[in-house]
Amino acid sequence: MSQKVVEAIQGRFPDAIVSTHALRGDDTVVLKREYLVEVCRFLKDDPEMDFKMPVDVCGVDYLGRTPRFEVVYHLFSVSKRQRVRLKVQLDESDLEVPSVIGVWKGVDWFEREAWDMYGIKFAGHPDLRRILLYEEFEGHPLRKDYPQRGYQPLMPMPTLPTEV
Amino acid sequence: MTSPLRKEDDHLHSEYMQIAMGPSHPAMHGTVQMLLTLDGETVVDVDVRIGYLHRGFEKMAEVCTYNQVIPYTDRLNYVSPLCNNVGWVMTVEKALGIRTPERSEYIRMIVCEMSRISDHLTSIGAGALELGGFTPFLYAVQAREEVWEVVEEVTGARLTTSYTRVGGVKADLTDNFAERWAHAKKEVERLIVDVDKLLTRNRIFYDRMAGVGVISKEDALDYGFTGPALRSTGVDYDVRTYAPYLLYDRMDFDVPVGTNGDNYDRYLVRIEEIRQSFRIIDQCLAQMQPGPIKVDDWNIVLPPKPAVYNTIEGMIAHFKLIMEGVKVPAGEVYGYIEGGNGEVGFYVVSDGSGRPWRVKVRPPCFALMQALKPMIVGGLLPDIIPTFDTINMIGGEIDR
Repeated sequence: MSQKVVEAIQGRFPDAIVSTHALRGDDTVVLKREYLVEVCRFLKDDPEMDFKMPVDVCGVDYLGRTPRFEVVYHLFSVSKRQRVRLKVQLDESDLEVPSVIGVWKGVDWFEREAWDMYGIKFAGHPDLRRILLYEEFEGHPLRKDYPQRGYQPLMPMPTLPTEV
Repeated sequence: MTSPLRKEDDHLHSEYMQIAMGPSHPAMHGTVQMLLTLDGETVVDVDVRIGYLHRGFEKMAEVCTYNQVIPYTDRLNYVSPLCNNVGWVMTVEKALGIRTPERSEYIRMIVCEMSRISDHLTSIGAGALELGGFTPFLYAVQAREEVWEVVEEVTGARLTTSYTRVGGVKADLTDNFAERWAHAKKEVERLIVDVDKLLTRNRIFYDRMAGVGVISKEDALDYGFTGPALRSTGVDYDVRTYAPYLLYDRMDFDVPVGTNGDNYDRYLVRIEEIRQSFRIIDQCLAQMQPGPIKVDDWNIVLPPKPAVYNTIEGMIAHFKLIMEGVKVPAGEVYGYIEGGNGEVGFYVVSDGSGRPWRVKVRPPCFALMQALKPMIVGGLLPDIIPTFDTINMIGGEIDR
């Protein structure tokens, strides 16, 4: 990953950054939620950054810590060969983050998965449905307070929508 | 009440047809459902539904030690399990900040490339089969069988390999590996020529593949494409050359790229990558020297059995590793390698204990499958089949 990117975000959006850290060369920027889309757009469009590829979006549950949840974005720039990890911290009471689907189309399913697994709402996502689980599933299974052997109520056989 | 499927401005009062393709449909290998809206044979809209093979890998990984996760990684991409094994342990090793002995890195490269060959053979063979070419499918599967025979001799299993360990590999290559591989390679190369002759300049195959399932370079990047699907659009991104892991920086190989980003280019890229993988394995076998295959640290790898049975230190180290696992320092890393389908990534959050706090797999075909909709909408129903094939969706890794 690249320290240069972290410095560029710091220079351009000094108010947006909560903290930065790096481990084994993975540079991480923790952002304030309201600046997320702006920073992402800058990272994609700036010719020196050129992060054209969204690699991964996922949620993490740090049960027992405040803020409890994190949304993690991994970005990659093919032309500059640099990577960066962005994070947004979310409290349990206000689990909503702006969707960056307007910046990269490819975050579509990744955001749906984070919603499915953690119940994190992505404001502005056009089709925020469950993706790996079924609609009637109760709860969000990757949360730390969801039991390892959780049971779900039986559902009737689904039918195809025909005439409405 | 009018049907939502009713076409507007249509004097014949005809309706769109909605059909569910899959989840159990011969061409939807990997178990996926496409809810199609059709206008005659033209695809108007599609809702791709995945999740039929969801088994909670990420939830299970949170209660396993880092080494116990390895068998689960076999089941991610079940046509190239060794790539996942290597990717997982390399991510843990990245978090630990260690590198394994040189010989183990050569072995890992060899098994990765063997996996890549079998992955591409599966994709090509199944693709040909579903377009009606049964013979190339048999040839490709026979070639894959040759590779899997060698894999079985080395790892003990054809598919559920679990060959790597944090800090090295389970066992060294077999003594006669070079001869075995030379034999398998000869067979596979012969069969690849046959497949190539049957498909590449085959009029029917070409017409079904070329110009179908096209995606532009910009869209491919925007959708997070990696692997052969991205390279077919002309972007030469390959983790092996962009961020050389293991000892790929010592290897001399070419990264094939396409120009059109269609099914035919994806097929050609895969055919060529098989040949490049042969080159890499040959170089590995020529360069590798005898030596240790595991790091010499009892906090990471199990002590040798004589030490476990005869010394108190060995026994305690063994006990601690089995019961508590490898202690990974607190923090988060993202490790990634080039799998058969593209960048396989693991995002691991550690709390300092022997079990991961959070594991996120970044499966390459998750990103590919979400772009299936723009690739098939507007095309014909039969064109879904080759596009879905060259995307090479693997249910195990997309659903986890």
